[in-house]
Amino acid sequence: MATIADDLRPLHHPKTWIGRYVWSQDHKVIAIQYGVTAIGVGLFALVLSFLMRLQLGFPGRFDFIQPENYLQFVTMHGMIMVVYLLTALLLGGFGNYLIPLMIGARDMVFPFVNMLSYWFYLLSVIVLFAGLFVPGGPTGGGWTLYPPQTITGGTPGASWGILMMMASLGIFVIAFTMGGLNYVTTVLQARTRGMTLMRMPCSVWGIFVASIMGLLAFPALFVAAIMTILDSVVGTSFFVPEIVSMGEKTGHTGGSPILFQHLFWFFGHPEVYIVALPAFGIVSDLISVHARKNLFGYRMMVWAIVIIGGLSFFVWAHHMYVSGMNPYFGFFFATSTLVIAIPTAIKVYNWLLTLWRGDIHLRVPMLFAIAFLFTFIHGGLTGLFLGNVSVDVPLSDTFFVVGHFHMVMGVSPVLVVFGAIYHWYPKITGRMWDERLARLHFWITFLGTYAIFLPMHYLGMLGVPRRYYALGDTVFIPDSVHYANMGITIAAGLVFAAQGLFFYNMIWSLFRGPRADPNPWGAASLEWQTPDTPPHHGNWGERLPTVYRWAYDYSVPGAARDFIPQNEPPPAQNPAGGPQA
Amino acid sequence: MHIALAIALLVLASILFHALSPWWQTPIASNWGSIDTALHVTLLICALAFVGLNLFLAYTLWKYRHRPGNRAHYEPENARLEKRLTFWTAIGIAGMLAPGLIAWHEYVTVPADAAVIEATGQQWQWGFRYPGRDGVLGTAAVEHVDADNPFGMNPRDPYGRDDVLVETNELHLPLGKPVKVVLRSKDVLHDFYVPHFRAKMDLVPGIVTYFWMTPTKSGSYEILCAELCGVGHHQMRGNVIVEDQRAYETWLGEQMTFGQMLAEREQQRGAGGTQLARAAPPAGAAAKAGGR
Ligand code: HEM
Ligand SMILES: [Cu+2]
Ligand SMILES: [Cu+2]
Repeated sequence: MATIADDLRPLHHPKTWIGRYVWSQDHKVIAIQYGVTAIGVGLFALVLSFLMRLQLGFPGRFDFIQPENYLQFVTMHGMIMVVYLLTALLLGGFGNYLIPLMIGARDMVFPFVNMLSYWFYLLSVIVLFAGLFVPGGPTGGGWTLYPPQTITGGTPGASWGILMMMASLGIFVIAFTMGGLNYVTTVLQARTRGMTLMRMPCSVWGIFVASIMGLLAFPALFVAAIMTILDSVVGTSFFVPEIVSMGEKTGHTGGSPILFQHLFWFFGHPEVYIVALPAFGIVSDLISVHARKNLFGYRMMVWAIVIIGGLSFFVWAHHMYVSGMNPYFGFFFATSTLVIAIPTAIKVYNWLLTLWRGDIHLRVPMLFAIAFLFTFIHGGLTGLFLGNVSVDVPLSDTFFVVGHFHMVMGVSPVLVVFGAIYHWYPKITGRMWDERLARLHFWITFLGTYAIFLPMHYLGMLGVPRRYYALGDTVFIPDSVHYANMGITIAAGLVFAAQGLFFYNMIWSLFRGPRADPNPWGAASLEWQTPDTPPHHGNWGERLPTVYRWAYDYSVPGAARDFIPQNEPPPAQNPAGGPQA
Repeated sequence: MHIALAIALLVLASILFHALSPWWQTPIASNWGSIDTALHVTLLICALAFVGLNLFLAYTLWKYRHRPGNRAHYEPENARLEKRLTFWTAIGIAGMLAPGLIAWHEYVTVPADAAVIEATGQQWQWGFRYPGRDGVLGTAAVEHVDADNPFGMNPRDPYGRDDVLVETNELHLPLGKPVKVVLRSKDVLHDFYVPHFRAKMDLVPGIVTYFWMTPTKSGSYEILCAELCGVGHHQMRGNVIVEDQRAYETWLGEQMTFGQMLAEREQQRGAGGTQLARAAPPAGAAAKAGGR
């Protein structure tokens, strides 16, 4: 560790504008490239969700939404939100920006690979969007892409669309691997003097563990993508048994559709936590900073992140209770799934206990963090229904599932993302956003999303299935459901429109916002202690900072200010500081 | 300050929504009360946690809001408190897992006296098969499927001759008799789901899956496909008619067996078909050669 931290040789220095902002190897620029691209595609996915809601709220009113379009929207929306928005934004965006600054490094350890990671990610996005224009359109197989239907007639995009999707995912995995190796190596090798692992802010812990998980989980998706392409193009039979599709035999024999599901969820479940853990880490930091209080139970929080990360590789088949796999697996996977709830619950308790006896400043980033607590408690608890095997039987593939996962891995991480953007915006841009717009954005987004997703749970209880273009005449579904759907669509429209406030605020403030204080929240972690705001290339000027304490020295008794920066040396005999390892 | 109030009101609103909204489980019509019990236990424990945690959050936000001169308490950790919380959480988890696993044990243990019927899926319709007089379903596989043999019955299997084949999206079941529903798909994944029965299971091409249940209320219930199967997914519907034994048997008696179907086709072919088609020995192959 010491070798890199002490290395004072100058970094590669870009000389041209292009070298600085386009083919940049600076982690901060790459982070912004990642972030802007991810938010751009996320906006597209949001538009798709609104189109779906239009169809569900006002079925048949919009001619341009046919069943095949609906399924294409569902698929693209789900895949973009999970992979191309949240994974890319939390790891490629926040991971890139925060890791070097929070651990006191000048940059990632492999800046060139880091740059390649972004460009491969961009390529994967381009391929994904090119898939919209191929014959037959994009795939409509659902974001889970289960064969045989994704590659057989009767599903939109079964010939070209699915190939583009799989190719794009493959490229994404390559991009992620380059980024992920960087994040892991940087955390392990480039921490500055004094920055022990147990002094790192939770944001870094979350991103670090999520990156390791990604490196282990994405290969399963990669092989599944390649095998699907082979089944479709070359006629192998990994996933497809002998079938009659649309009256004709396809020529496959002996493949196993369930094998794909195992591969997919071996990736897909950890993927949920790849998104969740960075959000957990970031929200821990937001809560601690704005409550002016040390993170309660830091060591437990770190261990909970590690344990959740590890256990999440042993629960994947809870997505497959009714898939036709050997039903006896249900006992094991239900137990492992509910066991994961324990470290997760501990995290929730510790967030609450961090607030307890705090000095809570309800600034905008904190509001988002609090909203996260609410939606995450909600989504975490409904997960127990679905994890509890037999309870999952009536609920699986209904709108209860849609409500659950939007709450837990849609709304919750997005709230954290907003909170994080508001929180670090002054550091990243050197400017402050507009408070009133930000508050308005917060309230509409928070209350609006709850209005969207709470009723969905109840529709699911009733038995309304997901991925249905229209409910048609169904006796057990009363007319009132139709009004619920209309209401949900209206709420979705409001939330959709409110995002305009966010974009306007971010862009306007970039040029017109007041100059920001280098450390407006009085935060103790290193990224706020840079000599320049925004930080310059190389981050730290002449000398790397030395770290003397953990990242959570807030309101230390006897200290003059209510926070002590990590790089502030202890007073001569009485070293303040939290638990150390 | 508003946020503390908002959290408290959202808790209240959630409870009211739960109590007042007209949407809840469809009335149950099968033996799976144990699934409902597990669900209700899970709901109760989760609701307590939801209300408790969020009210604590709201109270904390209000009580420890920033006021000039306030300073936070410094307390890095409290191992005893954390252990106690872990312990009680584990109790709560065990409390919902137990009924869940007990119900699952029931779900995967098919009673020995369960009647067997088969549901087959294809884009986008249902078909049903009853074992007939011998009580045994004949073997069937996709390799035998053709226009005249949509179920893929093995033409050489004597057990299949008396199987009753229903191609009308309508399944009849006798009231109060446990039934093992075996599931087969000809093309892609589907899922046999009847909300009133609580039960569901995927149909997976290449393998045979199953679940069991006992219908406990007569009536007509909708079958939905609950696994995405292409553009017609939302239209892949059917009905289950649960009726008393007598009505069920009458209905069953009116349906065609595989043997009868073969004979009928043979006859049609006799009228208009060629010598050659009649001479070919296996019925499936003959049907194929004869075409339509
Ligand atoms: C206000 C914002 C959002 C709205 C209104 C919305 C709405 C919807 C709707 C209507 C569906 C399809 C339901 C169905 O017919 O099965 C859906 C599916 C989905 N959404 Fe969202 N969504 C939103 C945000 C998000 C976010 C932030 C995520 C990130 C995780 C997300 C992830 C998904 C996934 C994974 C699916 C499943 C796709 C599939 O079934 O294949 N959504 N969403
Ligand atoms: Cu999962
Ligand atoms: Cu279907």
